[in-house]
Amino acid sequence: MPMLIKAPKDFWSGMIFVAFGVGFVAVAREYPMGSALEMGAAYFPTLVGGLLAIMGVVLVGSSTVKAGEAIGHIGIRIPFLVVGALVLFGYLLDWLGLIPAIIALIFVGSAGGHEFRFWEVLIFALVVAAMAVGIFSFVLGVPLKLGPQL
Amino acid sequence: MTDLFQNLFLGFSVALSLTNVFYCFIGCLLGTLIGVLPGLGPLATVALLLPVTFTLGPTSALIMLAGIYYGAQYGGSTTSILVNLPGESSSVVTCLDGYQMARQGRAGPALAIAAIGSFFAGTVGVLMIVLFGPVLAGVALKFGGAENFSLMVLGLVMAVVTAHGSVVKAICMTLLGILFGLVGTDVNSGVERYTMGIAQLYDGISIVSVAIGLFGIAEIIANLELKEKREIFTDKVKGLMPTREDFKRSTGPILRGTAIGSVFGLLPGTHSIIASFASYTVEKKLSKDSDKFGTGMIEGVAGPESANNAAAQTYFIPMLTLGIPTGAMMALMLGAMMMQGITPGPQVMTKNPDLFWGLIVSMWIGNLMLVVLNLPLIGIWIKFLTIPYRFLFPGIMMFCAVGSYAMNSSAVDVYMVGAFGLLGYVLAKLDCEPAPLLLGFVLGPMMEENLRHALLVSRGDPSVLITHPISAAFLGISALSIIALIVMPRLRKQRNLMMAEAGEA
Repeated sequence: MPMLIKAPKDFWSGMIFVAFGVGFVAVAREYPMGSALEMGAAYFPTLVGGLLAIMGVVLVGSSTVKAGEAIGHIGIRIPFLVVGALVLFGYLLDWLGLIPAIIALIFVGSAGGHEFRFWEVLIFALVVAAMAVGIFSFVLGVPLKLGPQL
Repeated sequence: MTDLFQNLFLGFSVALSLTNVFYCFIGCLLGTLIGVLPGLGPLATVALLLPVTFTLGPTSALIMLAGIYYGAQYGGSTTSILVNLPGESSSVVTCLDGYQMARQGRAGPALAIAAIGSFFAGTVGVLMIVLFGPVLAGVALKFGGAENFSLMVLGLVMAVVTAHGSVVKAICMTLLGILFGLVGTDVNSGVERYTMGIAQLYDGISIVSVAIGLFGIAEIIANLELKEKREIFTDKVKGLMPTREDFKRSTGPILRGTAIGSVFGLLPGTHSIIASFASYTVEKKLSKDSDKFGTGMIEGVAGPESANNAAAQTYFIPMLTLGIPTGAMMALMLGAMMMQGITPGPQVMTKNPDLFWGLIVSMWIGNLMLVVLNLPLIGIWIKFLTIPYRFLFPGIMMFCAVGSYAMNSSAVDVYMVGAFGLLGYVLAKLDCEPAPLLLGFVLGPMMEENLRHALLVSRGDPSVLITHPISAAFLGISALSIIALIVMPRLRKQRNLMMAEAGEA
């Protein structure tokens, strides 16, 4: 099988597009289709999703014919830490409030950087948290829970 | 003609009101700042500030967002010249000669000529909008559902044609964007589509989450994977004044660059980066010492900088007059308008004349502010360049997180940012550009609405799209552009070459 794939970038992006296209069409089956005269909720997504799946197949097909570059290194640690920091932020913000959420975000996010010095990050996190409270709560007046039970 | 003056007068009275001058100033300042800083692009910034501008009136909001956009174009040139890193993608061409000038201790004149050329080009660009905007809008007002649908198809196709790399991938990204745009309650039938039962998604995925994820977070992940390496010529900026010789050599390139940029900005789908690259090529061809380009020729700074700024202004024309975004930035502007409850399209000019003319005039005022802002403040901007990335990126992440949460006070929006960041990162690794996805995302629901309307009027006969002459012309041009790109390998090669050179510079 790997022998067949000459352009891995095309192959995998094609697979992703096929998956999304098929997924959108499949879910659309739950919605009323209607007709061309009166397009139902499923009509347009089915059309576009189907087209996406077809184009995805074209990509996959061409990847077995035309040679292409190898996929560059796809990191695990950095994307995981950066996205993880965001997810943690969202979760903590609802639970404990803005200040703990920002401190967690800065710590987890900074761990994805090239250098990580504990005290430097801690001070930076506190400064950013104070800045955020100042900008968002006081200047812009966004209603945000700042800390637990506050 | 009296109409024109009346309109301009209205524009000036709106743009010169104290609040709007203030927001224009804030926009330009922020824009220059993020343009100077590599790592946070104008797209992510505008996306971040969308929720903030929600509380302002629509005119002030758009004036500020536009200020960020063209301010970033200006700021980007500063970084290109001083650090050899384009602070903003459209300034890559400026790196070629601008950085060499800085290495020879001539950063000052390079920055000054870039600012002067940009101001001149910006003024001409604004004049172009004033002259051609109303004409285009007048034509577009007569469009029905079929024409609008086909025009949107054309807009998307042009975005595909001018995207990097594979045409098929760009088409796929556009289609995927359209599908994401359909998530949420179907306006026509009230059916909740693709919400997976999550109540926060009933109103659809927020454009803020998509844009911050694709252009902010994905960018941060990519940057962190690279090792930092910067060489800054900060102490060499002295003597801003260009010599008489510099002026003499720059006049031609500025005039030609402005002309090239104005035209390129008008064409749907072309971006300021192509305009500046075209201008560079022209100057190189015209010059007597074309082999000296790349070694610090002032023509190589003056032309492209004027071109990209002229294009940045005329880029607004299709968005303002037709309601068609020709790039990711205009897609965001359109999103901002819709969030303010304004239906984009040719009727904006007649229904919201204060917004239309106020925005246009503010762009000229903003350009003036930028000259004043950029030249004397260059010392301060340089200071910002010395901030290490390990402090910058967590700070940017904080703004992304709080900004996306604050819009609906919902953690789901933050999770969406993470999801789109991850998707954008993986797709970028597979050579799929994110801009067409955002375009599709914004246009998707409008396309569905227009197609539904067109088919309703034609009693379900899809041939309406090709029997209406204007609609047929749009679809014809779309089809021809794609076929030309696929069938003519030479054209494709040239396009890829241009993109690659621009991308590597």
